[in-house]
Amino acid sequence: MSQVASVIPQAKPWTLNRRSRERIISFLSPIALLLLWEVLARLGILDTRFFPAPSQILSTLLTMMTSGELLDDTLISMTRLAVGFLVGGIPALIIGVVMGLNSTLRAMIDPLIAATYPIPKSSILPLALLVLGLGEASKIFMVAIGVFYPIAMNSMAGVREINRVYLDVGHNFKAGRWDVFRTIALPGAMPMIMTGVKLGVGMGLVLIAIAEMVGAKSGLGYLIWNAWETFAVDQMYVGLFVIALIGFALTLILNELEKILVPWKP
Amino acid sequence: MVTGDVAPAIRIANLSKFFGDLTAIDDVTIDIPTGEFLVIVGPSGCGKTTLLRILAGLDQPSVGAFTVSTPKELGRPENSMVFQGDSLFPWMTVWDNAAYGLRMRGAPAAQIKEVVGHYLDRIGLTRFAKSYPHELSGGMRQRVSIARAFANDPEILLMDEPFSALDAQNKLLLQEELLRIWEEHKKTVVFITHSVDEAVILGDRIMIMTAQPGRVKMLLRVPFGRPRNVMELARDAQFGNLVHDIWMQLREEVDRARSQNEMNG
Ligand SMILES: Nc1ncnc2c1ncn2[C@@H]1O[C@H](COP(=O)(O)OP(=O)(O)O)[C@@H](O)[C@H]1O
Ligand SMILES: [Mg+2]
Repeated sequence: MSQVASVIPQAKPWTLNRRSRERIISFLSPIALLLLWEVLARLGILDTRFFPAPSQILSTLLTMMTSGELLDDTLISMTRLAVGFLVGGIPALIIGVVMGLNSTLRAMIDPLIAATYPIPKSSILPLALLVLGLGEASKIFMVAIGVFYPIAMNSMAGVREINRVYLDVGHNFKAGRWDVFRTIALPGAMPMIMTGVKLGVGMGLVLIAIAEMVGAKSGLGYLIWNAWETFAVDQMYVGLFVIALIGFALTLILNELEKILVPWKP
Repeated sequence: MVTGDVAPAIRIANLSKFFGDLTAIDDVTIDIPTGEFLVIVGPSGCGKTTLLRILAGLDQPSVGAFTVSTPKELGRPENSMVFQGDSLFPWMTVWDNAAYGLRMRGAPAAQIKEVVGHYLDRIGLTRFAKSYPHELSGGMRQRVSIARAFANDPEILLMDEPFSALDAQNKLLLQEELLRIWEEHKKTVVFITHSVDEAVILGDRIMIMTAQPGRVKMLLRVPFGRPRNVMELARDAQFGNLVHDIWMQLREEVDRARSQNEMNG
């Protein structure tokens, strides 16, 4: 061993600090699992009709990507998710914040929300198909309904938790109604609104997958359902993988958005 | 009591405030002349905050009335309040907090820039203009609250125990700072404290309140001239005597408040 190397103890990879070690471990563990899966599938220990080898799924993924169908389905699902998010989220935000500020409106609307909230959103799908038909409207409605509740409820709670003194300050400095909404209620409730947005997006993702399985001829939900009907199991895994990836990406994006919108949280 | 041709800035006449069965303020009458620095002292729970909130228009009197007659200059607000405890918006930077009043009344950007810049400079927090309140110490936050009220350029400043949460050194520095800023324009100030020293250091007149229900127990004039040097003042024998006298008055009330609490609790 050369002298130079021996005087730099940090050079040893085993003396990494705890955080980077944990990061590497959490990166390696899924890879190890995939490797194990691959080996077991090839050895025939796993039934590849149900659990095709990861390499097999990857090659199906590549084929589907080059043919363009995967991209199309992904874009369609994401468009529905985005439109549904806006259609459900914007009214939810406004209604939630206004309910938080105004006790009369709260007394009016809160019972409606409390009564309809426990209904599993997926069970409304047949009704949505009946009323809105098989087109885009029913898919967007399903996403919107899933997004609506968590955002409305969290916005309301967020506003109600704002310390009264801030409203007094607004009043004393002659803030008008719109000013109070814009400079106090909205930013004050933003941490909880973001929690609602994250829950809502998760809910929307679940519901778009379900809605596309039943009443659609496109989208990732349809892709997965179609794979079941044609017993193309590796395609099913590709669909699941892409949905998981979207969920993961959205989480990262929302975390960044939160840092931008709530820069004042310690 | 007040003579001369200047109408009092605030005239409070037989004002009472009830919360259900509780009488928070009982028949308070006082004239506060324009430009006076009035300090209110009283045991906690005697209705000081309630009185200030009524003057600020955040609460209504139950009985009686108060009138505010100030030269109504175009666009200038009647009063601005420095609230008891932390009241800076945590979601706004120091600059945005200090600019809040001016923005709410639609002041031109150039004026906001000049005035807010001036007061941040006066409180020595120019470097922290872009910081959020949670990044500041308690004393710094309190300075920003004061800058927020001053920058709004009100006729009357209402200050509710702005320094009570601070340690002794910070308190002294901020009292000096407040007096320096106040000397610039000599606005009418109603200042609440439970510290007798602070009352004498800052006030032109001191109003001592009784324990609940809050009444005017005594009104005293502080004999020291202006501008005042806080450090010099503390060495003055007259200062010590005045503090002592006020303490004796206040002590009766504090004892009474205490025995009330024991009876209730
Ligand atoms: N909104 C309210 N509702 C009921 N009681 C109140 C309210 N505000 C104040 N009080 C009561 O009025 C009394 C005076 O309170 P406050 O003005 O805060 O006293 P101080 O500021 O002198 O400590 C206290 O007993 C307090 O509990
Ligand atoms: Mg008080």
